[in-house]
Order: sequence, then C-alpha cells, then structure tokens
Amino acid sequence: MAKKSTVRSENGKVRRVIVVGGGLAGLMTVIKLCEAGVPVDLFSLVPVKRSHSVCAQGGINASVNTKGEGDSPRVHLEETVYGGDFLANQAPVKGMADAAPGIVHMLDRMGVPFNRTPEGLLDFRRFGGTLFHRTAFAGATTGQQLLYALDEQVRRYETENVEDEKGIVIKGEKMVRKFEFWDFLSLVQDENGRAVGIVAQDLKTMDIEAFPGEAVCLATGGPGIVFGKSTNSVINTGTAAAAVYQQGACYANGEFIQIHPTAIPGADKLRLISESARGEGGRVWVPKDPKESRRGKDVPEKDRDYFLEAKYPGYGNLVPRDIAARELFLKCFHDGKGVYNAKSGKNELEVYLDLTHIGEETLRRKLAGILEIYEKFVGEDPYHNPMRVFPAVHYSMGGLWVDFERRESDGGVVRGSARNQATNIEGLYAAGEVDYQYHGANRLGANSLLSCIYAGMEAGPAMATYIQTLNKSSNDLSSSLFEKAEKREKSNYNALLKMDGKENAYQLHDEMALLMLRDCTIERHNDTLDKVIEKIDEIQDRFKNVGVTDTGARANQGAQFLRHFKNMTTIARVIATGARNRDESRGAHYKPAFKTRDDENWQRSTLAFHAEQGNGRSEVKFVREFDYTVAATSFHATDKVDISLVAPRARKYETAGAASAAATGNLEDKKKDAQAHA
Amino acid sequence: MGSKTVRLKVLRQDHPSKPETKRWEEFDVPWEPQMNVISALMAVRKNPVTVEGKKTTPVVWESVCLEEVCGACTMIVNGRVRQSCTALIDQISPNGEEVTLEPMTKFPLVRDLVVDRQQMFDNLKTVKAWIQLDGTHELGPAPRQAPENQEEAYPLSRCMTCGCCMEACPQINEGSDFIGPAAISQVRLFNLHPSGKMHAAERLEAVMGEGGVADCGKAQNCVEVCPKEIPLVDSIAQVSRAATKHMLFGWLLK
Repeated sequence: MAKKSTVRSENGKVRRVIVVGGGLAGLMTVIKLCEAGVPVDLFSLVPVKRSHSVCAQGGINASVNTKGEGDSPRVHLEETVYGGDFLANQAPVKGMADAAPGIVHMLDRMGVPFNRTPEGLLDFRRFGGTLFHRTAFAGATTGQQLLYALDEQVRRYETENVEDEKGIVIKGEKMVRKFEFWDFLSLVQDENGRAVGIVAQDLKTMDIEAFPGEAVCLATGGPGIVFGKSTNSVINTGTAAAAVYQQGACYANGEFIQIHPTAIPGADKLRLISESARGEGGRVWVPKDPKESRRGKDVPEKDRDYFLEAKYPGYGNLVPRDIAARELFLKCFHDGKGVYNAKSGKNELEVYLDLTHIGEETLRRKLAGILEIYEKFVGEDPYHNPMRVFPAVHYSMGGLWVDFERRESDGGVVRGSARNQATNIEGLYAAGEVDYQYHGANRLGANSLLSCIYAGMEAGPAMATYIQTLNKSSNDLSSSLFEKAEKREKSNYNALLKMDGKENAYQLHDEMALLMLRDCTIERHNDTLDKVIEKIDEIQDRFKNVGVTDTGARANQGAQFLRHFKNMTTIARVIATGARNRDESRGAHYKPAFKTRDDENWQRSTLAFHAEQGNGRSEVKFVREFDYTVAATSFHATDKVDISLVAPRARKYETAGAASAAATGNLEDKKKDAQAHA
Repeated sequence: MGSKTVRLKVLRQDHPSKPETKRWEEFDVPWEPQMNVISALMAVRKNPVTVEGKKTTPVVWESVCLEEVCGACTMIVNGRVRQSCTALIDQISPNGEEVTLEPMTKFPLVRDLVVDRQQMFDNLKTVKAWIQLDGTHELGPAPRQAPENQEEAYPLSRCMTCGCCMEACPQINEGSDFIGPAAISQVRLFNLHPSGKMHAAERLEAVMGEGGVADCGKAQNCVEVCPKEIPLVDSIAQVSRAATKHMLFGWLLK
C-alpha cells in the first residue's frame, strides 16, 4: 500500500488538527504538532494572549536543584502525589516531574524573563507542600510571562508555510490558522462516534460553521464560573468540557475543586494573592482577641495568633492549599475569629496575610505583580499593612478523563503513545486544567503551569501518532456529516434566540452559584448536598422559562451566555453528585461526617457519564469501568488509581519532611537560617 | 441606606455598518462596595433598562481576567483610555458623578464597547516578536543572564497588547501607518535577550521603513496611559538610536 500523504487528503486539502483553547496547554499542543509537521487550526474564545493562564502568578515547579538542597524529580513526584492525597495516577505525575527541569530551561530559552540569581542562574522560591526551593518565577506574573512566550512561538508558526512531503511550499497555507473570538459548540462525530471535527460560532458575526479536523484537542481550562465569583476569568465557564461530556466523554473526579486560601474579596471577582507571598515568608494570622480594634499593623506580636504555624510546625504557612483554606475557613466561620470590623461590629470573613516584616526592595523585586493588584483594588499599601484575605474557588483537579500508556521499564509514560491525553471519545484529546490527570485530590501550588505545559507536550505527539493510523482524512468524509452537525447547532442557537420566558439567566446563575459556593466547597454535608442537587433540578426546570436579553445578529453575548449557563448546570451536577457520593475526606473534598480517608472504598477515580432524566434535567451515571477505542484498538479503563511508585500513607503536615523523607536532611540548616533571620 | 446608585452613560452602536444606531444610553445601577466599571456593567446586564425606563439590549463589552493582566477590557472611561477593571467606581465617581464609557476610536468597532485589535497582533508578526527557537526538545539550560538584564526585560515583557498607547498616540490616525509604541517596545525586549540579539538586525529593519520608529512624534502620551507603566518612550528612543546606528554602520557588519 502506498504511504498516504500526512499533509494532504485525497481531495488535495491540507490535513489539519483542531486545538480548542489557547492557554498554556493549547499553545504547547500546537507547538508540538507544528514541530511534528502537522498543521493546526486553533480556536479560542478570546485572542489567545488573553487566556486565563495570564492569571497564574507565583511560578512553575521544577526540581532543577540549583540551591544545593538535594531536590530531584523523584522528590517532586513523591510530594505531588502525597499532596494530592494519593488520587493521581503516578505514571503521568512521574512523567511530569521528570520533564519539569527541561520545560523550565525551554521556557528560559524562549525568553521568559525569569528572576535570576547573582550568578545569572534561574532563581527558585518555595511553595506549598514542599520544603525545597523548586519554583521558578518571573516576578509575580509568571503565568502571563509563560503564556506570552508560547504565544510568540505560535505566532511564528502563523507566519510559516505548510510544506508537502517533498518540502514544496503549499501556497496560501500557514502552519497555524487562528480562529479567535470563536466559541466551541460541539464535536462532529462519525457513525462510530469518532471525533472528526468541530462546530463553532464566530462571536462577532454569530455565524455557525463546521470544521473538519483529523483529531481534536480541548485545552479549554476549568469551570470556576460555576461557582459565580472565584479567582477565575469570566470565560472559565467549562462550556466546552460540558459540551463533549454531553456527547459521551467521561468526566472524572469532578468533585475535587481547589479552594485557594488567599484571595481578595471583590464585587466582580475574588482576586488571587499568590501562594508565593507565603513562599517568600508571608505569615497568616488573626488577632488573639476577637474584638481587637487596633489596625493590623498596630497589633503587637504577642497579641497575634499565627494559627497555621502553631498547628503545622513542619510546613507552617506553606501547608498545601486544601489544608490552609480549611483552617482559614474554620477560624473565621466556626470560631468567629476573623478580623474585627469596628464599623460593622462584625468579625469579617478575613484573616491577615502579612509581608510587612520583609524589606520593600525584596518585595518589589519578587512580588510586585500581586502587591500591585492589592494596592489597585483594595486601595491599601501592602508593603506596610498586613493584607486582608479569604479563601476562594480557584482550580478544578477533576476534568475530562484521559488515558496514558505506562512505560514498564520505569513506571513513567511512553512518549508519543496515541493513548496519552486521549479521552474515551476516539480522536478527542484533552490537555490542561480541563483534564483530570495530574493533581489527584489536591493540586500543589506552581504545579498547574507545569501540568498544562507537560500535558500539551504529551497531547501534541500523541495526536501526531494517532492521525497516522487513520485510513481516511476527515476532509474526505461525507460532507453530509458536517452539514448535519452544522444544521443541528444552528437550530439549537435559533431556539435560544426564541426563548422569551420571564426568568433571567444571570439571576439563575447567581442563585445556583451561591449554593454551590456555600455548600459544595470547603465543607460538605450530605443533607445540604441533597439540597444543592434539588436546586440544580429546579434551575434546569426554570431554565426552560428563560428569556433571551438580546436577539441581535452581532456579538450577541446574551444568547452566548444562555448556552454557557445551560452547560454550567450539567457540570454543577457532576460536581455536586460526585461530592454527595464520596463518603470520605480526601484532599480538597472534606466531609466532617466522614473525617478520614477511606482507601478501601474510595482509593479510586470518580468516573461520570452524562444521562438525561427525560424532562430537560441532566443526570449523572457513575461507572467503575468502561471500554474505549483509540487508533482502532480497544482498551479497558477502570477507576483504579496507579499507585505503583509511591505507596499510599496517611497525610500529615505537622512534621517537617512528611511529604518526602528526602527533605529532612536539610532541616537543621533551615532552622539555623530561620533563627538567623528572626 | 441601600438606595445609593451609580449612573453609567454608555456610547453604543449595534454594528459598524449601522452608524444610525450610534447613541448614548444611561443606566442607574445599585452601588456596591469595591465596585468597578465591570461590575457596574454586569448589573446593567441583569436588568438592561435605561434611566428613561426603556428596555434595551445589554451593553456588549470585552473582559477576561478582571485583574489587569489580560489586556481585554480597555475602553475610554470618563474621557481617558484605560483598563475598566481597575476603574473603581468610588475613585472615578467619588461624589456620584456620572461615569461615561466609550469604545476606543483607533480600532475598527465591533459593537458597543468592543473593538477589533487584530492590527496589534499583526504588528508583532511584522517585528518578529519572538525568539527563533530551534525546537522545544531538551537542549539544556539557556544562556545565563545578569539580574540587571532581567530587570530591564521584565517590565517590557508585561505589555498586554491592550491598546491604550495606540489610542493615546496622535501619530496613529487614518492618514498614517505608524506601527505604534507597543510593537517598538517589543523590538527592544527581544533584542535584549542573549539569543534574541542574534536576530536584532531583522527586527530593527522591520521598524526602519515607512510607519516605523521614525514616525514617532514624541508626544509621550503613550507612557502616560500605559497601565503597566512600561517605559515606552525609553524603548522608542533606544530602538530609534539602534536603528540609526544600524542604518549608518550595519552594512559594515555584513
């Protein structure tokens, strides 16, 4: 058989892969595909340079070990799976930890202005869940800087020509075509359910169009907006993940939602104050006297309760986020010890995050980005006043289920296997926060930028391998497949435009988000979760009575929101039902009625599939196993977690070095250091 | 108590090809603590009724991160171009003054407060604002860099392509094709990097012709409006000097 062209289909058109989402994961996927010679169509809700990755502040983890602490990828692996309470598959985590130093060097080569040491090397700082200096950073806007570096490389590919197998330029075809301000609506699937393209909507003209793609990768981020106000960008509605979930993709570990301990309350969003503030020495405290009326900076040392340091002497202010957030919440919500507001006569839901003991010059060099946010939005000088913060919804550990191929020789991942980052829908891949793979029950700080880039590094080569196994290009499939999908989405959209009920979707969103935020975040009780699920039923019923606020034919954000909100309700149900079912406490999922981790019954991933109740309400079907196909081969997937590298043990951060024994060797030095600075 | 409101006056237009729909609309929304222009627009969206009691469509605007790192939400607030997320109502309307919102004027209008800034992204292609990377495979550490180099590069690298400098620049108008301060500053950024330097000449040549760095009229408005306080005037001066040097002596190095 003659080798088929990998560049052109039989009808002569260029074969392209579709990537949806232009944050770190999406852009890295695009770059890897281009390096493999595969042209890409890149779709994004917003110009990719404005993706939510810009919001990441503190840094990216890599055990480069330039501080002589004995850090290594092995320790990084151990601390990540321990931090994730043993719910993450360990082979992909190993792959990520091993790749991390190379990734940071690559970013440095791309021009990311990482902070340097006096010798001109990369500087590293501390983050939660570790005692090592493992986090490379560019001021306190590391996510922005990383995103720009990848954005620049992708822009370069926008100017490069597609070449055929003989190296002859194909006229008018560039390696990357961008479709910015386009909203993903659904997959185009062939008769076997394989993903062969997408339907998307131009958000300026509102035109709906189907696009063939040899394979599709979703890199569309998390669903934070389900909770209303969070640290997330307004675009993070999870709509794309919800759409493919309703088309048959498995959603895993949805109930694991990370609450970040330190955010600034605001009217439109809760702005993050990075964990790096604590990594650089920031201390969390409340006044000992719950009626303390002095301003934060005037409260003397002896009247302060440094409650994290007191309870967790081993890791102090740098315990993982689930633990820190819970402690802050308990302190304010249950003990009523939040910062006292003399005007309102109330203890506010706020604690102090204090950097004032650190020199202003150091703060400006390392943390200016976040302190500027505090200054601009709170109007107070954080260099000389302790900041007031409270936990906020931040990140989803759960997401689309994706596979990996384990490398038997060392327990890592087989590079370039078509199974890596593959969802259970053949031809559909997922990378970044939208996948569930790397963080288990709780993500460690500064591992998200890493997991996004690493997932893209796996997804690109996996798709390049996958498309070589295809007998037929999507370009050569019957055009009726695409016409049908396009027609379906046009009729869905027209139906939205005709909705003329009394309910307002933004109000419904507020109602649902309020309950999700109150009852489905830090502390979960089965009786209130039942009520949340009833509320979602009610919201889905009332949605039928929504009125569209705009019927315009241009940049219609009102109609677009209806679609996103409907999708948010299905994801909310996955999160709430998953939380209701899991009767244990693990990482970010905490039930006071089931205080301990229950490995016997729950050392497993939650696997959710979409179903319908039949009355416009969604339903979640949980399974323990399923079969799926990739590259014409069938695989059996189960909810069993890969724990082949680090054996599960109880998770305790009271003692230093609990997360990895390797860390304890340096403890004496650290103590001396601390005393010298005190 | 509780009845305090904020008045927004918004310049709207349904479609670039429908100038007849251009109009001002006014809205009263309930005041909230820590309110900004975005949360005020969100309140309008929940109840799109003008002060005259006329039902209208929700105002269309662009926003993403709401913490001034994405660059999306640029508009003209009370006559001044800026990010609307950091436009706190208590600061811009301390005594309940009306808040006016208009779209930027130097870019094609999409609808209401949304404009199309594609030109700025295209400018980044023109100046080759990237490192010519051999590949993303492992090639060991990057060249070392002095902390001073990083400290010069980092502020330049925070440019969000938000368009404030373009809007404020008098040289950017229908009669000129000046590339603008943002892209010129990127030339300086990439020419600072140890491997970016290797292609410095190409970037300089990209801003040496018509519409290039010489078209700057030195009004210095750009640096006044930049939300990230990027030293754009310094960048223009440096790139201008480097370009002149390259023009005079570049051929000697070839």
